[in-house]
Amino acid sequence: MVAQIVVENLCKAFQVAERRPGMWGAIRGIARRTYRTVRALDGISFSIDAGELVGYIGPNGAGKSTTVKTLAGILVPDSGRCEVRGRVPWKQRLAHVAELGVVFGQRTQLWWDLPVVESFELLRDIYRVPEDRYVRTRDELIAVLDLGALLDVPVRQLSLGQRMRCDLAAALLHAPPIVFLDEPTIGLDAISKLAVRDFIKRLNRENGVTVVLTTHDMDDIETLCTRVMVIGGGKILSDGTLADLRARVTRERWLTIDLADGVTWTDEVDATVIRQEGSRVCLAFDPQVVAPAELIRRVTARYAIRDLFVENPPIETIIARLYAAESLPP
Amino acid sequence: MMLRPYRAILSARFRMLLQYRAAAIAGVWTQIFFGLALIMIYEAFYASTTVADQPMTMVQIASYVWLGQALLAMMPWGADSEIRAMVRSGAVAYELCRPVDLYGLWFARGVAQRTAPTVLRAVPMTIFAVWALPLLGLPEWRLEPPTAAAGVGFACTLVGALVLACAMTTLINISLLWTISGEGIVMISTTLASFFSGMIVPLPLFPEWAQTVLGWLPFAGIADLPFRVYNGDIPLADLGLVLARQLGWTLVLVVLGRRLLARGMRHLVVQGG
Repeated sequence: MVAQIVVENLCKAFQVAERRPGMWGAIRGIARRTYRTVRALDGISFSIDAGELVGYIGPNGAGKSTTVKTLAGILVPDSGRCEVRGRVPWKQRLAHVAELGVVFGQRTQLWWDLPVVESFELLRDIYRVPEDRYVRTRDELIAVLDLGALLDVPVRQLSLGQRMRCDLAAALLHAPPIVFLDEPTIGLDAISKLAVRDFIKRLNRENGVTVVLTTHDMDDIETLCTRVMVIGGGKILSDGTLADLRARVTRERWLTIDLADGVTWTDEVDATVIRQEGSRVCLAFDPQVVAPAELIRRVTARYAIRDLFVENPPIETIIARLYAAESLPP
Repeated sequence: MMLRPYRAILSARFRMLLQYRAAAIAGVWTQIFFGLALIMIYEAFYASTTVADQPMTMVQIASYVWLGQALLAMMPWGADSEIRAMVRSGAVAYELCRPVDLYGLWFARGVAQRTAPTVLRAVPMTIFAVWALPLLGLPEWRLEPPTAAAGVGFACTLVGALVLACAMTTLINISLLWTISGEGIVMISTTLASFFSGMIVPLPLFPEWAQTVLGWLPFAGIADLPFRVYNGDIPLADLGLVLARQLGWTLVLVVLGRRLLARGMRHLVVQGG
């Protein structure tokens, strides 16, 4: 398999003007500005193959958006190598972006005052898509994203979920082989999130589109991504499958028990209580110290219970621990 | 096919800007008022002076003033509200992801920004200045129709003025990449453009030395030169010279704009992460 995106040792620093607080600080700021250097990317390397669906996660200010904007040819890095389909994004910008679809979830690329379909037609012209191909792609997208009723509505009247579906379609009208989705589910309600996720999955599985997805929503990652890259402080902290990430951070599993009425929890060795609400107790244990079956046997021998289940700690917890281990702010 | 994206954005912006009818109606009233006030001032000046040999006749002044008021929206003032909003919100990132020459795209926006409001205002203003004024009993204040030759010359230089004004507009819009709000630049450019182009005082009325300086600036090309071709102050023999001045400055400003945009993109910090 040929790598579609290659990034080697990418660095980018920003100069941020610092403001001193208060009136005196503002006056001093007129005469002399102080700048602080923020290393948004501090030697990032990875490669992504065609057809991969990669989740790219990290806290605010970790360097996610900077990476995506560099890959999109918007930002020029200070040093390092970056190639997308054999092209350097910021040097061969026009040819590069013609094969690229982008969605920045917090912003829309649709024209605010125009009906959705007119935005689509503008994008058709801007990307020079031939009419027959445009009609085919547009109709497919309308069907899959259920946009039929939205086409004649001005964008400003759309709900956030409707707008996001339209924005996804807008990014794909020119049928790009690579798509960057920057927080495409931000602010969406549960149903819209499911629709967007479902669409991203189909786009990747059925059309073979390479997708790089940045998100804060761990459910996005769990349902969509076969591979997860975690970035923090401008460095890649972890790169691999979700299982790899878990294994790297902790072996811990959680056992949740619903006790029968009137039963009180005392204690259990080889497991720590992490939460207790009413009759529900949640234990954390290391399966290499005590096997799940053994732990369950001991618990059921000692207490009358209504229900129990074993689960992995949520991915949020894993990531939080990863940052804690790297002593980064969450 | 080559120009398809630019044509599309130009036509979309043009159609959108045609929606601002209330602003245009208000503009027309203001400009009629300003036009009448300016003509009255010049008439008062001309009536109270003993100098017989003025640089322009009163008829020429009236034409100059009315053309200025009718074409006011063509002057390079005001930044593109859409670009301003995009830079503020960071949505400008999308603009940089388009497979088109960004300068060309923004120039096309500039053309729409200068033509749509001008079309809305120029038509009623011309009707008023050419036909309504004589009906109101003020035939000496009207916009005198040009001779056929001057009309053709004016049409040519008007196109030259438009592309020059669009190059200036694009420059203002590019400056938004640094200043974000653009208010300072807009204020400065408005003052420069209206004063040095002859919009406030016709340039032939300036002292000799000032006219020499103004001749070296680009602003005469967006108003003064075409207006003087219209009213016959500049003979048709000099048409080539006028066009050369307009196109020369356009070229300089386009090159400057392209350089600035390339630099702006290198140093770009997209707002809001």
